[in-house]
Amino acid sequence: MTATAARLESDDPAHEAAPLLEARGLTVSLTREGRGVDLVRGVSFTVMPGEILGLVGESGAGKSMMGTAVTGLLDRPLAITAGEILYRGRRIDNLPPSELRALRGRHIATIFQDPLTALNPVFSVERQLVETIEAHTPLRGPAARDEAVALLARVGIPAPEKRLASYPHEFSGGMRQRVVIALALAGRPELIIADEPTTALDVSVQGQIIELLRDLCAERGMAVILVTHDMGVIATLAHRVAVAYAGRIVEIGPVAEVVRHPRHPYTRGLMAAIPAIGTRLKRLTQIPGAMPRPDAVPPGCAFAPRCPLAEPRCSQGLPPDWVEGNHRAACWRAGEGSDTR
Amino acid sequence: MTAAADLLTVTDLRKTFDVSPPWVTRVATGQGRQVLRAVDGVSFAIPQGGTLSVVGESGCGKTTVARCVAGLTPPSGGEIRFRGAVVDAGQGGVPSWRKDIQMIFQDPYGSLNPRWRVGRIVGDPIVGLGLGHSRAEVKERVAALLSDVGLSPADADKFPHEFSGGQRQRIAVARALASAPSLVVCDEPTSALDVSVQAQILNLMRDLQDEHGLTYLFISHNLAVVDFVSDRVAVMYLGRIVEIADRDAIFDRPAHPYTRILIRSAPDLVEIGARRAPMQGEVPNPIAPPSGCTFHPRCPLATERCRTEAPALRPFEAGQVACHRPGEAL
Repeated sequence: MTATAARLESDDPAHEAAPLLEARGLTVSLTREGRGVDLVRGVSFTVMPGEILGLVGESGAGKSMMGTAVTGLLDRPLAITAGEILYRGRRIDNLPPSELRALRGRHIATIFQDPLTALNPVFSVERQLVETIEAHTPLRGPAARDEAVALLARVGIPAPEKRLASYPHEFSGGMRQRVVIALALAGRPELIIADEPTTALDVSVQGQIIELLRDLCAERGMAVILVTHDMGVIATLAHRVAVAYAGRIVEIGPVAEVVRHPRHPYTRGLMAAIPAIGTRLKRLTQIPGAMPRPDAVPPGCAFAPRCPLAEPRCSQGLPPDWVEGNHRAACWRAGEGSDTR
Repeated sequence: MTAAADLLTVTDLRKTFDVSPPWVTRVATGQGRQVLRAVDGVSFAIPQGGTLSVVGESGCGKTTVARCVAGLTPPSGGEIRFRGAVVDAGQGGVPSWRKDIQMIFQDPYGSLNPRWRVGRIVGDPIVGLGLGHSRAEVKERVAALLSDVGLSPADADKFPHEFSGGQRQRIAVARALASAPSLVVCDEPTSALDVSVQAQILNLMRDLQDEHGLTYLFISHNLAVVDFVSDRVAVMYLGRIVEIADRDAIFDRPAHPYTRILIRSAPDLVEIGARRAPMQGEVPNPIAPPSGCTFHPRCPLATERCRTEAPALRPFEAGQVACHRPGEAL
């Protein structure tokens, strides 16, 4: 474990540095014909420098929206309607577009799921990389080109000098995702939002990209918000994990804590539903029903209608946070002990 | 496992696709024809009531195997026998095996006709294969099928868009079961679903297998899912089976280096934060596969022999392995 990670898992607030990014009561809504639907509902979390925060959830939980809100890439009809986002203590959710552009790429970069749509198919990798480097660093011309070669070499592209002239379609899926990562690194960002970075890749290539991201973070002290539906990827790579359900974070804590001692009944159900090699179960644990649609979220705890532990008070109001060290869960009954995997 | 008990036997199945550039381009550039060997000599058998999984990465040919077995793609060579009779996708009319072999597809959004009501979608195989004699009988059968898969008979009047992904996959399962098949070919049936819904569908498929004595050919890239559903597992790489054995043998004592690295590098929830040595390289272009053993460029055990001589699938311990150095330490 790196020194950064060790510091992150320490419970002593005196040892904690100031957060790199902080979301406070973040709410994202979709407004159409005067009617608003909240997709993210009052979410708060922090990301420390050098930390990998996993954001896990099923489709529709709002996890991608939380990541996109941080980068300021939300477009109408989507908008942040409440709460704030702070980067190094400075509010960034209300910045004018020009200042936001200066922040994006240079300080906060994004890696998308599908490397083919993230790259422009009609420009060579050289042109795309050099343009990004020149936009975000003082390097120009040949120096920018040298940096592009160095970045391609760093992300594991063989013969980077030669491949620089290639177009995106000339790369395989895994190599293309490496190019996207090189592009994200071009501005030397301190925070990367990686939205399902390995989902479109084969299992064998997925492992390569996970290890590359791990090494890059350790090397450059870069923080990552890793948005994915795959708990296995989070357990392998992240330091902390936030579990999203129906637009809220229902549980957040160190990965080992959340995986081995989940406190929220949804997290417990989710962990138990994931098949694992070698368990030879007769049946998988299943959560009945489905996540509510954003326009039909029940009052109180949104998980209550599917929850085996639900009580009348669960559907009356939001449960208070259960807190132990830096492990939080939004459930009345989180303190009642937990399953150990 | 005796031959008589096998519901399905596949022998030396081959499927090639002509991926040549157009004639003008070939003449202008002097290129020859290009052939993609999607499935290159695959053999396996599934006993009645069993589940064989075919697992592999993209481009390994697993979906082509599924489509050939379901009679959707005519094979280029080899033989598929169902209860001893040849399955031939080329023959006209409705073949005799049609009602016995059904398929569930990966994408429950693409596999259901959005303009048909659920009752028509599920009832269509019953009507089309002449299995229902009256409208009332078909309706009754559809209601029973919907109940079987955990939906309500009233759902027959709804359209697919009114259902979630998991519910749509239940509809697809009901349609596959409509003709009371013996063999269901499942091509990545849960890959498009969330984990909690995946658990519902996998449990449902297991219950239906127990109730109806179904036999499954299950295609997946997800090793943990394969471990859960299978009796027997075939691992494919670039059109060939590289290892086939019973489920416990494959996962507890994998012999082929490809199988072993694949299992080792699958992220799990046990070793949290563990660095795993990933597999080297990527799947090569199947149009120009490497010489000898096609896995040799990525294999830590590769020798000169592996570069020149393709290993045959041979018995090794409990299963069969196509490797010159099976079971050796990586």
